[in-house]
Amino acid sequence: MDAILIQILNGLDKGGAYALIALGLTLAFGTLGIVNFAHGALFMLGAFGAVSVQQLLTISKRVKDESITFFDAYKEIPYLEIWWGDTGRMIIDYAVPISILFVIPFMLLIGVLMERGLIKHFYKRTHADQILVTFGLAIVLQELVKAYFGANPIPTPAPAVVSGSAPVGAFFGLGEDLVYPWWRLIYLLASGLIIFAVFAFLKFTTFGMVVRAGMADRETVGLLGINVQRRFTIVFGLAAVVAGVAGALYAPILPPDYHMGMDFLVLSFVVVVVGGMGSLEGAVAAGFLLGILQSFASMNEVKSIIPGIDQIIIYLVAVVILLVRPRGLMGREGVMED
Amino acid sequence: MTKKDTTNSGRRGFLKATAATGVAASAPMFFIKDGHAAAHGGMNFRNNPGKAKSIKLGFNVPQTGAYADEGADELRAFKLAVKHLNGEGDGGMLNTMKPLALKGNGVLGKKVEYVTGDTQTKSDAARASAKRMIEKDGVLMISGGSSSGVAIAVQGLCQEMGVIFMAGLTHSNDTTGKDCRRYGFRHFFNAYMSGRALGPVLKKEYGTDRKAYHLTADYTWGWTQEESIKQTTEELGWKTVKTVRTPVGAGDFSQYITPVLNSGADVLILNHYGKDMINSLTQAVQFGLKDKMVNGKQFEIIVPLFSRLMAQGAGDAIKGILGTTNWNWQLKDAGSQAFVKSFGAEYGFPPSQAAHTCYVQTLLYADACQRAGTFYPPEVIKALEGFNFDGMGNGPTEYRAEDHQCFKDVLVVRGNPNPTSQFDLLQVEQIVPRKQVEYPPTQFGCKLGPYKV
Amino acid sequence: MSLKNNLVVMLLFSAIVLSAPWWLAPIGANYPDLLQKFAIFGLFAIGFNILFGLTGYLSFGHAAFLGVGSYTAVWSFKLLTMNVIPAVILGTLVSGVFALLIGWLSLRRSGIYFSILTLAFAQMSYSLAYSVLTPITNGETGLQLSQQDPRVLDAMAGIVPTEGLPTTNLFGMPMSGYSGFYFCAVLLIIGFWVTLKIFRSPYGLKLTAIKSNTMRMKYTGFNTRPYLLSAFVISGMFAGLAGSLMAVTDPLAGAERMQWTASGEVVLMTILGGAGTLIGPLLGVGIIKYFENIFSALNDSALRAAYDFLPAGLADFLTTVTSPFVGEGWHLTLGLLFMLVVIFLPGGVMQGISLISRFLRRRLGMAGESGGAS
Repeated sequence: MDAILIQILNGLDKGGAYALIALGLTLAFGTLGIVNFAHGALFMLGAFGAVSVQQLLTISKRVKDESITFFDAYKEIPYLEIWWGDTGRMIIDYAVPISILFVIPFMLLIGVLMERGLIKHFYKRTHADQILVTFGLAIVLQELVKAYFGANPIPTPAPAVVSGSAPVGAFFGLGEDLVYPWWRLIYLLASGLIIFAVFAFLKFTTFGMVVRAGMADRETVGLLGINVQRRFTIVFGLAAVVAGVAGALYAPILPPDYHMGMDFLVLSFVVVVVGGMGSLEGAVAAGFLLGILQSFASMNEVKSIIPGIDQIIIYLVAVVILLVRPRGLMGREGVMED
Repeated sequence: MTKKDTTNSGRRGFLKATAATGVAASAPMFFIKDGHAAAHGGMNFRNNPGKAKSIKLGFNVPQTGAYADEGADELRAFKLAVKHLNGEGDGGMLNTMKPLALKGNGVLGKKVEYVTGDTQTKSDAARASAKRMIEKDGVLMISGGSSSGVAIAVQGLCQEMGVIFMAGLTHSNDTTGKDCRRYGFRHFFNAYMSGRALGPVLKKEYGTDRKAYHLTADYTWGWTQEESIKQTTEELGWKTVKTVRTPVGAGDFSQYITPVLNSGADVLILNHYGKDMINSLTQAVQFGLKDKMVNGKQFEIIVPLFSRLMAQGAGDAIKGILGTTNWNWQLKDAGSQAFVKSFGAEYGFPPSQAAHTCYVQTLLYADACQRAGTFYPPEVIKALEGFNFDGMGNGPTEYRAEDHQCFKDVLVVRGNPNPTSQFDLLQVEQIVPRKQVEYPPTQFGCKLGPYKV
Repeated sequence: MSLKNNLVVMLLFSAIVLSAPWWLAPIGANYPDLLQKFAIFGLFAIGFNILFGLTGYLSFGHAAFLGVGSYTAVWSFKLLTMNVIPAVILGTLVSGVFALLIGWLSLRRSGIYFSILTLAFAQMSYSLAYSVLTPITNGETGLQLSQQDPRVLDAMAGIVPTEGLPTTNLFGMPMSGYSGFYFCAVLLIIGFWVTLKIFRSPYGLKLTAIKSNTMRMKYTGFNTRPYLLSAFVISGMFAGLAGSLMAVTDPLAGAERMQWTASGEVVLMTILGGAGTLIGPLLGVGIIKYFENIFSALNDSALRAAYDFLPAGLADFLTTVTSPFVGEGWHLTLGLLFMLVVIFLPGGVMQGISLISRFLRRRLGMAGESGGAS
């Protein structure tokens, strides 16, 4: 029983991560119609936002280590620790949560710049051109990060209080083995909040209403004298923020490296398309569905019946859903069908 | 050696005049057509430097992809080795290697040059890069690599093309086992040796009554390591609860870690390398496995193959974890110190184990040519086979003739609980003597193949 | 003499391809392996272009057919004979069958849904080949020849196994080195002839019509499925042929050949060169493979040698400035190139070429004879 429960929890957790990554993509891809192969790179930039804040906070005084004579080795003591002692140490410990405050404006800026400088000129171009230009951009961003941070993953731990695992089972009077890492629970919660915030923004504000109208019929809205273009810029910025925050929050789970964006790129496209083009709800639903199924497919009991199922489950489900439902789970007709 | 090869050739007298062991008949067709053999004089083999003043070596390392940092470190070591061979710098291990035929004036009086290439950690790309080095740049030897799949693929190619391959970091038993080649040599240790070396330490630290759960990268290296470690631990009396295969590059391993929690196991063995290892270890620690008590015992995690770069990526998670490594810069022997000193002076930080094995391989190849008195591969191979040497950082070492595997001491290391600097991440727990990790050459089905291709 | 004449085009094309070892020499790309790669990926890309360039259906899973072709060819070397003819034929046919299966399912959808379906099939093939199907594919290490392989046809023909591994051959002619290139080159020329025929046939016109307006085609009672499926299978067979040629020139087949990055590569090659044009995909192949093999190998000492003719100070400066873009930085240059090409040349490199030629023609005051390959 515990085994099933923990796998459900794990599936939700994975699903939250997938949904969050797909949500950012579907804002740009499913609604603006831009095939953004640089979405993974935005996710990666967010994660490196967390790394940068951590490195800024740990700028250190370097004391030469006399015990090593072959080369100049240094013992490093962060200035924050020297100046403020325990308080400084605590600030460093909270590097990842603090980084979110910086990642949001930073990613908004990146997103707006990207849309104004590049994407804007590609709305009317073919999808093939969009793929090539955003893929090129992704490689460039990636290589710049590699040139500065190196290719090795960089540990970016969560604050000490939440670095262990929560006795989830004990909360509900179930088994003691039912534990789950605090940070993953926080991620699940955060992804829920962000998803909710994005939906609320698009459903209940005038701005969101115009954007949704613009997505449905851009020309008419434009004829009404509304500047759709500016709103689309903001939506793209929002997509970048969602991707970046997802990346920064993911840093403690997956030590960031320059290539992490590419690893998530294919997956996020699959999630968005399975959810159906043009549907935010679909992307979120598909994220959770695929997360839970993947978690279950990885159970030893399942693997022993169908060997290798855990490696292909996502794609298998994608194939089945797309063959049964022409436009994924909740896709709108006519979006990216030609 | 073989006289019969020279008899069917019109260049018979010429070949004999060189007084060396020539082989004409087996050279590739277009090679003869180009007339290189006559132009350069002497023996007819691929990329024969002839009277040229310099020779070229090919360093094929991952420059893009997940192992790019490891590849960059290997490249640094190669450049250093070339410097030392040409008599520049402080000479590094040339001062400590015994026996030593090299004179610090290149190899056989020829200056050493090098070309580089990017393997991208993909077999196809690595082979394309190696072919470029052989066909375009005319290299005599290829070295490098950061994964067993790539090493095996390039090694096979080098055998077909008749160019010697000095493997870099590759840990699978197969490299010098069922996929061994006459033209391939490995200085690095292998998964079997890791298991043998870990055994006694595991017994001492964790006792004989343990239940182990394996997470294994789902490809050949992972499988051979799982098999080797399982064999060792089961001989200690441990039970194997479950072995689970995980896809390479899974990123998030949580769905494989959750079943460990209530499996009754009290040891988790991670047969992962590189990024996979960093991720799975980080996540296993987040699930509280390091602080867990099972069956009244402290839960333990073991990572059989370690590297300092991986320890860097895993951060605090690595602290206290046991594993093995080929070499560590903190070793106190003269060879290691000489290498660390010249590497540190050149680059400002200590070398990784990948850098060490690549540096040593380059020197060993050069020395073998010097001893053989020729670059003719079959003779160089014979000079390496059964070669006993010392002063290269691993104590007395032998290149076993039967499978081209180096036999030497193996290090059992532990993630340093209190590192004083960013380089001080591993501490040497025990140096396991060579005879404890030896095995018969037939064990992994090695058949080397012919000297001449 | 006009490019409208198929014979003229073919003669010109053959001359350029067969003389490649000569005219590629100045840029250092005239060694056998890279020449083979140009021809092989050229076949892969022009085949892909039949589907994508004509119908607009963007497959993200074509690498699967490349992989299947390779595996089939290596198995043919292991079980039947080291002669390359059966390997090439079987590789192409088996990929064709595989493409028929995947195409039949995937073509039920269009647009992005089609792309993701093909991607999913290819990724499943890759994952399984890497792990569960290891007995057939030899997993990560890749499928290799071995001394113990039966090779029944060779055995019947009385060919005695050598001490080392046997080499692939065409009735005794070895398929490594330049002879391997010429074999691939001849197949590339044949493949190009097939695409030329398709592009300039009523069948090709119908495929283009599908691209421009599927709906109208459907309303006129025209069944597009057989056309799409046949185009899909043909391009899958081209990929299979390319895959089997990879095994012919180098008898090893690895799973990574089927990964999405490999599918993505052919998409990028085609778009970069100019999708829908006859020559464009080949240009894309040339550029990307050149970067991968030559640019990635440049290091500081090679750069310094290249700037040798300049004054020392300037040479040092140029070395410092350019070194981040070559060697391990070759990805960066490639990324920048993608962006520059697509920003300034919406039709890929081919558009640049036609712009230049139109410009020259106008400058030279020649009568506007409309040319262009497509």
